[in-house]
This record gives sequence, structure tokens and C-alpha cells, in this order.
Amino acid sequence: MRSISAETIAQAISEAVIKINTHLPGDIRTALEQALGRETNPAARQSLQIILENARIAPEDQVPLCQDTGMVSAHVEMGQDVHISGGSLEEAINRGVRDGYQRGYLRKSIVKDPFDRINTGDNTPAVIHIHLVQGDTLRIMLSAKGAGSENMGQLAMLKPAAGIEGVKQFILKVVREADSNPCPPIIVGVGVGGNMEKAALMAKWAVLLPVGQPNPRPELAKLEAEMLTAINDLKIGVQGLGGDTTALAVHIETYPTHMASLPVAVNLGCHSTRRTAIDL
Amino acid sequence: MKIIQAPLSREDIMDLTAGEPVLVNGTVYTARDAAHQRMAAVIEAGKTLPFDPQGQVIYYTGPSPAPPGRVVGSAGPTTSGRMDAYAPLLIERGLRVMIGKGERNQAVKEAMRKHGAVYLAAVGGAGAYLARRIVSAAVVAYPELGPEAIYRLEVKEFPCIVAIDARGGDIYER
Repeated sequence: MRSISAETIAQAISEAVIKINTHLPGDIRTALEQALGRETNPAARQSLQIILENARIAPEDQVPLCQDTGMVSAHVEMGQDVHISGGSLEEAINRGVRDGYQRGYLRKSIVKDPFDRINTGDNTPAVIHIHLVQGDTLRIMLSAKGAGSENMGQLAMLKPAAGIEGVKQFILKVVREADSNPCPPIIVGVGVGGNMEKAALMAKWAVLLPVGQPNPRPELAKLEAEMLTAINDLKIGVQGLGGDTTALAVHIETYPTHMASLPVAVNLGCHSTRRTAIDL
Repeated sequence: MKIIQAPLSREDIMDLTAGEPVLVNGTVYTARDAAHQRMAAVIEAGKTLPFDPQGQVIYYTGPSPAPPGRVVGSAGPTTSGRMDAYAPLLIERGLRVMIGKGERNQAVKEAMRKHGAVYLAAVGGAGAYLARRIVSAAVVAYPELGPEAIYRLEVKEFPCIVAIDARGGDIYER
């Protein structure tokens, strides 16, 4: 049994929320630079240059990449041989969020109740998913996602007869309806199979995967590449200005499902998807 | 490149064409969901708005808090479509320019054509870049709304693209 203190977790979360809100992940930056190299639309090129310049300025000025510093979600992979001392895991994560959003001058965007809509004032609570695994390590995949992209996600419980064509059409429908709202170029996360919540969780997870890392299953990697081409052919383009770059990547995750079900969820990440993995 | 600076007459914005890059200088007012809801209630009650929209510019943004030594935190545009329900009320009262991101609905476009207004798009998610173009910020109304309060900003060479012009030209119509 390995002991990790709640304080250690809170500190790590506090530092991470500041870091992810000011530092664009390297793989996304590379993908944006590659997109700029290919882009032919002048207005889209100018926006890509501003987006890349923004990523340079944010850490320099210690100002967040985007004013919408998001709702924090934490996907926790907790080793069965880990004991958390001095408090609960959820409380530690929320303490870290509270501290980091205050210390880092990040915007507090969370309202206490979906109907009353009073701001909690400290960007808590985070949405926390805990997954028990073997071993004695603790890994937290942390993201802070703005509503511009989050509001554009959709889920459908398709009929199995819809098949792979139905899934492809649904993905394209979601991206088309989202149009410029999720701040393209976007990262498209897709979850297929499982049940309703499993599909949604897979889609959320898929958005956080490194850009350019294809699914290890060749048939899914092929589907990802096909959908990336189809999405870019929609010509929504950077910020909806048209051109060649609507998405930087499509990541598809699958899971066994019920013989009567074909759930599919699509979650969209903006051009400055904010995420990091914390290993404790 | 054309410069947009309030106060603006109807004639001032008639020669702007969708797709054209412009720079905004001078005063802009921030307002987003909650501020619009309140302004709509004020109009309905026949009371006075916290600022006269005649000839002015509204920027849809909710900045992050200003760190020490800076006038504002990150301040990029938010999704304009959420303000569609309220925008015509302000356009009817002379609002000349809106800055945000994303499409607008038919009612907004109709009001823009009728009363002479233009909608500019700033780069979404470039809040740190755009913050450098904001030279001052002061709360005008609803401070209790925090990031949703109405601020008066002074901007300099704030880069935008004409997204929808006063003649119905719309870059989002593909």
C-alpha cells in the first residue's frame, strides 16, 4: 500500500489548472503549424497565425489562452494499492481547482445550479471520474473545457441497422451543426458502443488523446483518417472562415455494446484544447 | 485597412463588406448573456439603459480577471448566437457594431439591414493576443455579475473580420 496525501494531490491540481490554461500542448501547436503550412485561404491563414501567436503570448503575459477557462474534468486512474491520506480524493481535487483558479487569475465560470445560475465563485466543483486499476500509482487526466466547444457535442442512440454509415453521417451532422461555434480547427472525439454514458465518456476521453496518434486498431485508424478528410471537406474552416482546416484530428474509441444498441457520442475540442496528465 | 471607431453613423458602416478585415479603435462596451438579459428587462420596463447604444460598439466577451499590472485578463469573443434573442432590441436603439464569433440568426440580420448595423468576428480562443489590444477597462454597470458585467474598454488596432454586413452579406453562408 502506497500513501499519497490529499495535500499533494491538491497542489498538483492547482499547478496543473494554471499550466493548462496558459500553455498550449506541444502536439496541438505542431498540428496548428502544419495546418498553417497547408492552408490556402488567406483569412484562415491570418487566424491561424493569430492563434499561434496567442499561444506564444499567453505564457509570456501569464494570461489564459482563452477567457473561458472552462469547467474542470478529472479522469482519475487510481491504483488499488494507493491510500489517500488526510482527506478525500474529490475534496482534494476541488481544493486544487479552487486554489489554482484564484491564484492563476482564471475566470470562474461555474454556476451552482442549472436553473438558479448563481456563480460558485471558485470554479468548483470539477466533474470527476474515478477508475480503479491495478498498481500503486495515481494518474489524473485533467482538462479545462470551455462551453463554446462543449455545447456543440451530441449523442445519438442509433439503430444497429444504421451501421457504420449511420455513425459517419452522425459525426458529420454534429460537426456541420456546430459550424464555427466550437472554435475550429477542432479536435473531434467520438465514442461508439457501450451504453449512453459509456459513449459520452469515450467521446470526452477521445478529445484529450494526443493529436496525430491514430487508434491502434487499423480499421479504426482508417475510419479516423476518412472522417478527418470528410470533415475538412465541409470547408467550415478556421473560425468558420472557409478553407482547408476544419479539424486537426478525429479520435474514435469503441466498446462492446448491446445487440439492440448503437450508441454514438461526439464531443468537440477547440483549437486550444487544454489538458495534461498528472502522475503521482 | 479600414478603421472602425465609435460613434458611428449608419453611413459610416455601409461601405463595409463581409469578408473584409478591419481594425477597431476607441470605445467598445462588453456585454454577454446576463448583461443582455438585464438590458432587455430595462428596455421592457421603459427605463434607461446603463449606456446609450446609439452609434456604439458592443463586444461579446467575459474577460478573465486582470492579473497585477495588466488592464484586463484574457478577453476573446464568446459565441454571439446566445445574444440573438436580445440583439435586435439594441440594434433598434442605434447599436451600430457587434463583435463576437459565430453565426447570427435571421432576426438579427433583418434588424441589421433595417437599422444599419454590422457584425464583426474576432478570433475565438485568442484571448491573450486580443488582450494586448485593450488599453483600458472600467466597469460601467452590473459589477455583481463579475465577468458578465458591462465594461467600457478602450481598444487599439483590435483585429476583426466583417462577418455580416449591413446589406446582408454573410461569411458564414456557405
